[in-house]
Formats: sequence, structure tokens, C-alpha cells
Amino acid sequence: MSNDPKYLKETPSQTAGPYVHIGLAPGAAGFDIYREELGWDIAGPNAAGARIHVEGVVIDGTGAPVKDVLLEAWQANAQGVYAHPESAGEVEEGFRGWGRVITDFATGEWGFDTVKPGPTPGRHGQMQAPHINLWIVARGINLGLNTRLYFDDEDNTADPVLNTIEWEHRRATLIAKRTGSTYRFDIRLQGAGETVFFDI
Amino acid sequence: MKPAEFYQRDRSWHPPALTPPYKTSVARSPRYAPISLENTPSEITGPRFGHSDIDPLDNDLLRNYAQAGESPIGERIIVHGRVLDENARPVPNTLVEVWQANAGGRYRHKKDTYLAPIDPNFGGCGRTLTDAEGYYYFRTVKPGAYPWRNGINDWRPAHIHASVFGSGFAQRLITQLYFEGDPLIARCPIVQTVPDPAAIDMLTAKLDMNATIPLDTIAYRFDIVLRGRRSTLFENKLEGN
Repeated sequence: MSNDPKYLKETPSQTAGPYVHIGLAPGAAGFDIYREELGWDIAGPNAAGARIHVEGVVIDGTGAPVKDVLLEAWQANAQGVYAHPESAGEVEEGFRGWGRVITDFATGEWGFDTVKPGPTPGRHGQMQAPHINLWIVARGINLGLNTRLYFDDEDNTADPVLNTIEWEHRRATLIAKRTGSTYRFDIRLQGAGETVFFDI
Repeated sequence: MKPAEFYQRDRSWHPPALTPPYKTSVARSPRYAPISLENTPSEITGPRFGHSDIDPLDNDLLRNYAQAGESPIGERIIVHGRVLDENARPVPNTLVEVWQANAGGRYRHKKDTYLAPIDPNFGGCGRTLTDAEGYYYFRTVKPGAYPWRNGINDWRPAHIHASVFGSGFAQRLITQLYFEGDPLIARCPIVQTVPDPAAIDMLTAKLDMNATIPLDTIAYRFDIVLRGRRSTLFENKLEGN
């Protein structure tokens, strides 16, 4: 017998590669195989709250759009409840809060429709400003990148996560800019204005 | 004891963002360190899936795109294993999705132009939910190696991409499964982004003769480990109070 703690190591990550669509969005790869692909309806028809559109482009270190990127979004509903048993409260029928986002292969532009999330509980009894959690994978990205999208028409000044970012000017990289019901959120992987990514 | 946040991810075990021998990583890797975030409910929760989301045939790549009475060309294999967490506990009812090239090393993707042919009976993707013990399986053909533009003579070892969720968004993982004994593993700039040979060994599926179906299909074992969660002996105020 040994008293060494017996933990397993996490399986190491590998890049999603250029053909990630075959597995996660086969329609975009060019074929129809599943009865229903997953992640195309984040909020569902019954969700309360403001209907919004989020769009952007992921930009590499040379300034070019990353045309083969895939993003996943994870968000609470308008009441700040996640569709998960560890989130206090109920979500509307059909609200999943999760979505898959692919690009226009010609331009790299992506976008999705959802409802605007409400504030969610953070740690130590604090509240987090409304945000959408994003996970970004692509060819050349060895480990999926986590970031958060906040909204420029919300009061983000007390958000405990944004305030964790020591460089105040970098917090702006996480704030989507509103025009009408559309929020623009460009993600810079590298270089001037590099988006803040989180080790969650 | 109550489950709390996930263990910190061991980033020295994963590939670093910048791995120059894998050329595409150079312009796609952040230069600043990621900012460490203590888990909140935003990271501990994550999407959930059920049997209404998928069809029973979705995990059978020998049949899920084949025309009636036909099969894809290639070596028939079973890939199976368990999804566990770092505490060695099974991860039940979690979505596992896979995608791969056909036996000739060609992907069914509008952007793949390799000269090997498309197989009319092979789509190249599958999905399944783990059972209560975290067990999953797929049936497919062994994918072929294929060349890619990194070096001019770089070849990917035979591999199957795998995407796994777990119960929280912090566990989200995409990886690749390789096959025991493939000489291209040691030469692949993508495999070699993983620093530790023991970690590469975790990505290498092992021949499993006991799960092999005699005269029918050869089996490979591939267990997947997701991040584990702390248990709170002492209140760490994850949810306040």
C-alpha cells in the first residue's frame, strides 16, 4: 500500500485541425448526415429577454481573419440561470444556452442569435456582469482558448473577473460594441489589442 | 463533501500555444499569458445532452453514411473506452464526438483537396453518449495517413479527432487518438507539440484483442480523462455565504 494520492492526468489537448466541421458541423463541411446538428439554437423560442445578434471575426497575428475557426458559446438566460442542475433556478423550455458558431469560409465572419444573458452569481457572493463564455478552437490552436464577451451597454465596472485583469486597457478587448440589436466582438489572437484569454 | 471547482489545468502537460515546428501555431498563438480565473458557476456549469439529441446509429461509422447494403472500404475497427475524470471517476452521459479521414487518408470536407478518393459510403463523423459507467464505443474504419503542408514531406499519422464535454465548460476538450505502433507518431509536428512522452502515450490507442470480434472487427482501447473537481472539506465560498 502506498499513501501516494492516485490521480489521473488529463488527456492532453490536440488541435481541432482544419476539418473540425466534419465532426461538429458536418453541414458546413459539405454533407448531411445527422437528423439534427447540435448547437444551432442557443436560446430557443420560449426564452425571455432581449433578442440579440452577436458577430465578429477572429484575427491572427498577421492581421488576417481565421477562416476555419469554430467557437462555442455558453451563457445564462435573461434571469442569469444556466441550463445546468448546479445553477440555481429554472430555464425556459428549449433554452440550452450553448451554441456552436462557424464562419463564412470566404471571409471568416461569424455570428449567432441568442438572448442577452442576465447577471450571474460569482464567487464570495459577488455578482458577475452579463457575459457569454466563449471557447475557440482551430487549426494552429493547440489548446482551446477561453474568453468572455461582455456588453458595452451594461455596467461592467464591478465585474470581479474584468477587475482581475491587471492591465485596465486590456479589459476593453472583452467588451462587445452595440449597434441596434447587434453586438460586435472581434477576437485578436495575437499582436496589438490581443484579446484577454483565461486559464479557467 | 460537496464538489467545488475543477483542479487547475496542468498546462505543462498540454501543448504550449506556440510550437514553431507546427507552423500554423506561430500566428495563431496568444503572446500574453492567459489570466488565471477561479471557477465561478460560469465555468462549473456546461451544456448537457440527452438521447433525444442523437440517433442510435450515430456511433457506427460503418453504417451511418453507407448506402443500403454497402460498407466503407478499409480495416474495420472498434474504438472504445471510458471517459473518466482526474479522480478516476466515470463521466456518465457525456457527449463524445469523433471525426476522421477515410481509409485512404481523405476527408469529406469541401476544403480537402488531397488526391486520395472520397469513399461514397463513408461520412467520417460519429457521436455518442457515455453510459452510466462512462463507457463509449464507435465502429469505424481505420483512417489512413495523409500528407499536409507543414514541411513539404510531413505526414499525419493515422488519427481520429475526438471532442468531449464533461459536466462543466471548464472540462471542454478536443484531442486526437493515434494508433499504437505507428511510426509516423514520432515524426508528426502536431503530436510532438505535446511535451511529455507519457502524455503522448495517453493519446495512443492500444490494440485490445479481448474486445476484438473474431473474424470481424479489430478493437482499440482509448480512455479519455477530463479535469476532476475538488471536494470541499472546508468551505471555499464558491457560491458565497
